[in-house]
Amino acid sequence: MIRPTSTDDKTRTGISVKRITAWRRRPWAGYAVVLAALAAIAGLYAGFSPKTDRAEAAGTADAQADLANGRQLFNKNCASCHGLNAEGTKDAKGKPIAPSLLGVGAASVDFQVSTGRMPAMNPGAQMPRKKPIPAFDTEIKTNYSEPEKREAAEKQKAQAEKNLTDLREYIAQLGGGPSVPTADQVDPTKGDVALGGKLFRTNCAQCHNFTGQGGALTQGKYAPPLSPKDVTPTQMYEAMMTGPQAMPVFNDTTLTPKDKQAIITYLVQTREEPNPGGNGLGRIGPVSEGLAGWLVGVGLMVLAAMWITAKKPKKLKKS
Amino acid sequence: MSDAQAPKAVAGPLNFLDDRLGSTNFFQRNVKKVFPDHWSFMLGEIALYSFIVLLLTGTFLTLWFHPSMEEVVYNGSYTKLKGVQMSDAYNSALHITFDVRGGLLMRQIHHWAAILFMSSILAHMLRIFFTGAYRKPRELNWLIGINMFILGMLEGLFGYSLPDDLLSGTGLRITQGVAESIPLVGTYVYMFLFGGEFPAGDHGDLIPRLYSLHILLIPGVILGLVTAHMMIMWHQKHTAMPSKNQSNEQVYGYPFYPVFMAKTGAYFLFTFGVLALLGAFAQINPIWQFGPYDPGAISSGSQPDWYMGVLEGALRMMPGQGTEWVIAGHTISMNVLIPALVPLGIVFGGAMAWPFIEQWVTGDRRRHDINDRPRNAPVRTGIGMAAVTFYGVLWLAGANDVLADKFHVSLFATTWFFRFAVFILPVLAYIITKRFCLGLQRKDADVIGHGVEAGIIVMAPDGGFSEKHEPAKEEERIKILSKENARPEAPATDANGIPAPSQKGPMGHLRSRLQRAATFDDIPIEEHGEEHGHGDDHAVGSGSGPKQLGH
Amino acid sequence: MSDNNHTAGSDEPREDGGAGRVVGTPSPAEERTLLARDEDGSPARAGAGAELDEKAAKNAERVVATFFLLAFAASVAFIAYYIGWSGRNGGMHGIHRARESNLWLGGTLAFALLALAVGVTIWVRRLMTSKPIIQERHEMASSAETRAAFEADFLEGAEDSGITKRPLLRRTLLLAAAPLGLAPLVLLRDLGPLPEKRLRHTFWGDAVKKAKAEGKKGVRLVVDGTNAPLKVSDFNSPGGMITVLPEGIEESARPANEIAKAVTILINVPAEQFKPVKGRENWHVNGVVAYSKICTHVGCPAALYEQTTHHILCPCHQSTFDATDGAKVVFGPAHRPLPQLPLSVEDGYLIATDDFPEPIGPSFWERG
Repeated sequence: MIRPTSTDDKTRTGISVKRITAWRRRPWAGYAVVLAALAAIAGLYAGFSPKTDRAEAAGTADAQADLANGRQLFNKNCASCHGLNAEGTKDAKGKPIAPSLLGVGAASVDFQVSTGRMPAMNPGAQMPRKKPIPAFDTEIKTNYSEPEKREAAEKQKAQAEKNLTDLREYIAQLGGGPSVPTADQVDPTKGDVALGGKLFRTNCAQCHNFTGQGGALTQGKYAPPLSPKDVTPTQMYEAMMTGPQAMPVFNDTTLTPKDKQAIITYLVQTREEPNPGGNGLGRIGPVSEGLAGWLVGVGLMVLAAMWITAKKPKKLKKS
Repeated sequence: MSDAQAPKAVAGPLNFLDDRLGSTNFFQRNVKKVFPDHWSFMLGEIALYSFIVLLLTGTFLTLWFHPSMEEVVYNGSYTKLKGVQMSDAYNSALHITFDVRGGLLMRQIHHWAAILFMSSILAHMLRIFFTGAYRKPRELNWLIGINMFILGMLEGLFGYSLPDDLLSGTGLRITQGVAESIPLVGTYVYMFLFGGEFPAGDHGDLIPRLYSLHILLIPGVILGLVTAHMMIMWHQKHTAMPSKNQSNEQVYGYPFYPVFMAKTGAYFLFTFGVLALLGAFAQINPIWQFGPYDPGAISSGSQPDWYMGVLEGALRMMPGQGTEWVIAGHTISMNVLIPALVPLGIVFGGAMAWPFIEQWVTGDRRRHDINDRPRNAPVRTGIGMAAVTFYGVLWLAGANDVLADKFHVSLFATTWFFRFAVFILPVLAYIITKRFCLGLQRKDADVIGHGVEAGIIVMAPDGGFSEKHEPAKEEERIKILSKENARPEAPATDANGIPAPSQKGPMGHLRSRLQRAATFDDIPIEEHGEEHGHGDDHAVGSGSGPKQLGH
Repeated sequence: MSDNNHTAGSDEPREDGGAGRVVGTPSPAEERTLLARDEDGSPARAGAGAELDEKAAKNAERVVATFFLLAFAASVAFIAYYIGWSGRNGGMHGIHRARESNLWLGGTLAFALLALAVGVTIWVRRLMTSKPIIQERHEMASSAETRAAFEADFLEGAEDSGITKRPLLRRTLLLAAAPLGLAPLVLLRDLGPLPEKRLRHTFWGDAVKKAKAEGKKGVRLVVDGTNAPLKVSDFNSPGGMITVLPEGIEESARPANEIAKAVTILINVPAEQFKPVKGRENWHVNGVVAYSKICTHVGCPAALYEQTTHHILCPCHQSTFDATDGAKVVFGPAHRPLPQLPLSVEDGYLIATDDFPEPIGPSFWERG
């Protein structure tokens, strides 16, 4: 019933399809497929994960505000959307393009500009955090070994800090509003961490998640993550005070400066504390845990099962 | 057998037992029991061994855990929660984590084992389904397995609710809301479950109740079912993949002692090892980050463990408009009832009924010890894939906020996508899978009919080139020929014009239509030459005698 | 092919699928003889006896032994770490020591178990000489005679017991069993109180009643977490949101249960965008409006307030409510708006003047 053949597998001239078929039957092919699938998923995950950490920005320069410089910076960077008098602009149908900046205060300007959200490049569902434009970039690298390079960078940084101060003071004198918190107010070592935890879970975690990883809002908006590279203690304070974009306002008479400091303390301690149980899996809860259980847990167990049940190697037998 | 005698240390206890129980009879019958090898046959073992790890680690945890809702002020070593009011349950879970050496490890292994327990059951059930291993005589084990999965869901829900952290409290809150929506008795179910109002009731009874269910009642029932499952499997002998030497009459493989015993022992060690690996290097359920339960607080991305994700997804995608009715002064909340009952009802109810539906439609009531290749049962495989897709869509919908956030899509757009996908994708999955199966059948028929391409190009005398075909290898042929071709439907009436009993009445018509729908596009695979005409009676095992169909 | 007459034995399955042998030819006879069926008189030999290449076997033995030794070392390390190091300086306390302990204990445990697993697997694969064997499968069903005999015995027993002939006996037995079966169910009655009107009111109602008895207009709103009462002038920033509770709720009998029903979100909606519900025109204070925080779907705290769209989103199942329009549902699985709390001002403080007008939280049968 089976025609005997004279050729042996090994001596045949293979064509590619045949070779693939043969390859598929190799004992290790199954493991390879599982491993390749796991590697592909890992790669995909790495692609979507945040890349590098950036150093946290330093604080606030106490330079004397130069309102003329502030006005000039405003006209150059902000007036095209917010209007020459910072009164805000509307499109032809009366829909606001950019809000009025009268009364938003120095805190709001400092938050929006130092996190790179303003000036906005192309308005979408939400302005993302990005590197501030060079004129306001206070986070540039200054630790060059060459003295002249370092000097230039330090100078640029000082100028950026001055620019930021000038701009926010210019806006503040237009209509008042909350000012930038002092370094002492945002000192993350001085708050009541237990109170901060309670307030964070009641008022912040619903959007930013229990460890500040962020979360989805409606229509493509999102609550941004609160990692060290996303937000400094000063910016946290400013965000609570001013309610940037979709975020509600928590003014100083609702959550007192002491309450805010407690929240900052809690958040800074949370993001600095290690994950005692190993890799934190993104600290987003059961979704990544389930994924890890299926991919790593079931994946490794399937590999083990394939090995245990694979046909025995022939070479050990006495021939 | 040689004259070799067992050493005294072995013979002594064996004889002691045998004198009293006659146990050597049993040992002799089973010492070389054959277990067929295939990697997918190990999936169920993962569940068994995870369960053992769950019992071990769970017992460890009970030594320190206090199932109590009494309010205490935390004074342990985790500085961020010092001075915070919390339940004693949460307090003791923190104590296990930060002040008991190995406590965090055991907690994590316990939770990972729960995840792996449920995922391996699901993987095992899929293997059983797609290879038709649930068919007669194994329907009972199929039903037991599904019930264990359902019990596992409850066990998991109660288990992760015990620490009384913010995330688990949110899960209980949803449980309460779902309980309340039950018509007529909803509020009573709610009050009786919680012993009063959410969360603590009148006497803080909830956590103690969940605790006794979690560590005693449900594991006890699961243990009983596991035992029954194993004994039935042992008695019926394991199914085998279609290959040489495997048939309904015989089973081929390594003996239990020593080979299978060592293999399965090694696999237990692998299971425990992988769980320890996860417990050591992957953090799970960080309750100290969630904080104590606080009815006014919530975190974004509040999800259940994966096996409850289907319910979560169903609840999320259900539109609320027009789905809550007030009839004669009574509220019926279809926006909660439908997602809570219908999807899992379809999946589990369908899975439980399937072996019997299939028997009824195909009329096949024979014994099957050889697994089907999924391609050879296109309707079953298609329905299975449709169910997987249905479950998968609901599952993803349960994580739609995380998906929206990580992949930067609009949250409501994901909801709308899932609302349609849950109806459309299963149908597509069915059609595509069935086509795919039939394509593979065609390929198989081709291999048997014309052989495989040998890779040898021959030049004909007239100068033309052609590739030589040769018969497939025997192993391949046995595998392919394991297909049972669809049998022609018995004539509707016999020679005397009496309708066949299976086709009488409306149900008979339905049955015969379904059977036709399931088999009309079957690709017959048969050998030509002297084997021709052998019909569908390809015995799988070349070592077997004439094939008998069990009736 | 089904008729071919292979004997029970077969060749050892091989990694390379039998390459080196001509396809379709029977396996070498010498291998077959080693594999007797277990029922043909030589059960002891079944599955036993392949001979190993001694050199390769020695190698394999060394490999397995190495893994066993590694497992031994890891287990010793586990115990040594636990006894000798994990308890230093007053024992393991706090997050850093927990992390260290988890890594060491977990790492050594995992290593020991996996090394042992790998060792045993190599042992099975390279050193165990058992060969695959064949066993018969059996029909599960008993023979027709057995069934018939059992049936006869069963009926005979029933007859002998008298239960078939004595209906009085049978019926009274059933009668006795029925209430006994119900008894455990009766015992479950005290699992919880009856719902009564518990779900219809919240602590706001009690607190307002108490305040009115003291001659006040209503109960003050306090911030959840700090318990600070809120003045209208405190909560004056448009776009503001805060979680509030009725004053005095912490002193109630079961604060957690009361908070779970009374928790409320206070929102400052810009007054020009606020559209009060008919009949509730004076329930807000200049756009400051209060809604129950408990979602009307299944009861999660619906707390994501977007100050740009004025939407309140529930993070559990994404029901979305419009804060400017009586919290009516704009998306998601919830059906009803969030209940609104009537607000007013007294001595400059924000107060609630009554309970929620309807039951808060998820729907239930008696809700109506």
